[in-house]
Parts: sequence; structure tokens; C-alpha cells
Amino acid sequence: MAAITLTVNGTRHVVDTDAATPLLWVLRESLGLTGTKFGCGIAQCGACTVILDGDAVRSCVTPLARAAGKSVTTIEGLSPTATHPVQQAWLAEQVPQCGFCQSGQIMSAVVLLRAIPRPTDTDIDEAMAGNICRCGTYLRIRRAVHVAARLMTGEHR
Amino acid sequence: MRPLLTMSTILGMAAWTCGMAAMTAPQRDESTRSFEPIAAVLSSPRCANCHFAGDVPVIGEHGRFHAMVVRRGKDGRGTPAMRCTNCHQVESLPVPHAPPGAPDWRLPPAATPMAWKGLTIGEQCRMLKDPSRNGNKSPQDLLEHVRHDPLVRAGWSPGPGRALPPMSHDAFVAAVKTWVDLGTACPE
Repeated sequence: MAAITLTVNGTRHVVDTDAATPLLWVLRESLGLTGTKFGCGIAQCGACTVILDGDAVRSCVTPLARAAGKSVTTIEGLSPTATHPVQQAWLAEQVPQCGFCQSGQIMSAVVLLRAIPRPTDTDIDEAMAGNICRCGTYLRIRRAVHVAARLMTGEHR
Repeated sequence: MRPLLTMSTILGMAAWTCGMAAMTAPQRDESTRSFEPIAAVLSSPRCANCHFAGDVPVIGEHGRFHAMVVRRGKDGRGTPAMRCTNCHQVESLPVPHAPPGAPDWRLPPAATPMAWKGLTIGEQCRMLKDPSRNGNKSPQDLLEHVRHDPLVRAGWSPGPGRALPPMSHDAFVAAVKTWVDLGTACPE
């Protein structure tokens, strides 16, 4: 056991947990941030994606030790009122069906749009390929990323 | 800007060239034979999966394409939102089918992928010691690479369900050292 300090959604936390504990357990069980989902547990589906110092990491396989001293953003931290442009785009395009994968999808989309503000279809398909959706909402995801890009660059539909 | 050839590489290659010229036929045969166990390790999926031609890495025991349309990217570390380290941690996880790991998990740079799959053993050998294709490494640099590089060493701790290379890491390093000491001759 070790006391590990990390910042989650702008708030500093000291977590007294085994350093090998998956970050996902810490977020969900210790900090009560249940918006991030457990899907496969082996980094194959993307449901657990959070942003760790700018990267879209799979929190189910990321040990807590890797987050020590770093900044984590979860779906709850994007916007307390769901007004982040990506969230707005997701609502506008009615992307979710069952919704289970969508927090991970949104976090990956946020990272993509930071790197490529106006992505092509190919950019989107490649960047989002690590996030699986059993409902098959991929076409709506792609449309929503384009909408979010326009919102974030000041171009409206 | 990093020079194309460092002085140590130039000196190393000069010494190697002189050594090759001075080899007797039996010495050359011994040096050539000493590469064979090295080639067996290079052909292991633990090495060949990352040293591939093209842009999409392969995984598993039979070289199938990496899921999720993973790509090499400019720096060998993936593309935006699909960085290698999004999933690969600093060590392999003790869980079947979970990603293998090592510090700074990445692929070789696109300019020097060292893709030896499909090459003859002689072609593999010549690629391995060619500074223009091996990242400007002298034979001694190659020895240090296989001895210390965490990504090379990760081949011997790939996580459950993945076959190990055909000899231990220590034996592999010893084999490379023997080949380097014997003058790095290559099979035809």
C-alpha cells in the first residue's frame, strides 16, 4: 500500500491503495466517478478510456502508479453541465443507443480533436477504432465528431 | 541535427571491414555459423511482430494484423488518440490477452523499421549490421541494444499465452556477442 497523489477533474486526491490497482477501480470505487465504464478489462474495447496528461488511456489496464502526480480527466470532468462541444455534438446527433461505451468514445474524440481540429473521415475512423460499440453507432459517432469540430473551431452547422 | 554516421560507428565499421578482409575461410565460416541462432530469435513473433514492413503492426503467434487499425505514426508511437501507450504499460500484465508492455512501448521508426520477415538469413544479417538501415548502429551498438533495450528484453516477459523466443535472453546476448567478436560475417 502506498499513498499516491493524483489530480482528477481538477481536484487533487491522495489515494492509499496498492500502486498496481487499475486506475479504473480507483476512479469508480474510491472516488465514486462511475461515468467511466468497465468493459473488457484487457484494453480491447475502450469503454474505460480516460484522459491522462492528454492521452486517451485505457484505465482498466493502467496501474494507479502511472497516474501518480498526473492529471486525469473523466467524462464527469469534461463539463459539469454537459456543455462541452463534444457532449453537445453527441446530443445533437443522438449518438448513444445503449450508451455503455459512450463515455469512452467521447474521451477519445476529445483527444482526437485536440490533435486534429478538423479531422477527415479517415482521421476519425483511425482515432476511434479502439473504441468498440456493440450497438454499431459508428456512423453517428463520425457525424458527431465532425459537428464537434465545427463547434470547437467556431464554424456552425 | 544528428549526424548520419557517428565517429564510433565509422570507427566500428572500419574495424569491421578490416577484420572481414583479414578473415581466413574457416574464421569466416565460424563467424557465419554464429549468426544462425541469432536469426532463430529474430524470427520469433516476440521480435518480428514489431519489426514488420508497412504501417500496421502484427500481433500474436501467427502475425495477424493488430486490431483497432493501430498504425505506426511518425515517431513509431502511434497516431493521435491511438498512441501505443494508451494500452501498453511499462510491463506486461499478468492477464491473458492483455497488452504486453515495456517502458516507452513503441515501434521502430518508419525510416528504419528493420523489417526482416520474409528475408533470407543472409539478408537479415546484412540488414542487421547496415548502419543505413539499423539506426546508425555499430556491431557494438547492436550488442548493447539487445543486451539493455527494455523493448528487446520485453520479448522474454510477454505476458501469459505468448511463446518465448527459442533461447533465453542471456543466451541470445551471448550469441550476439560471439557473432560480433567473430567479425559479423553473414551467410550468403
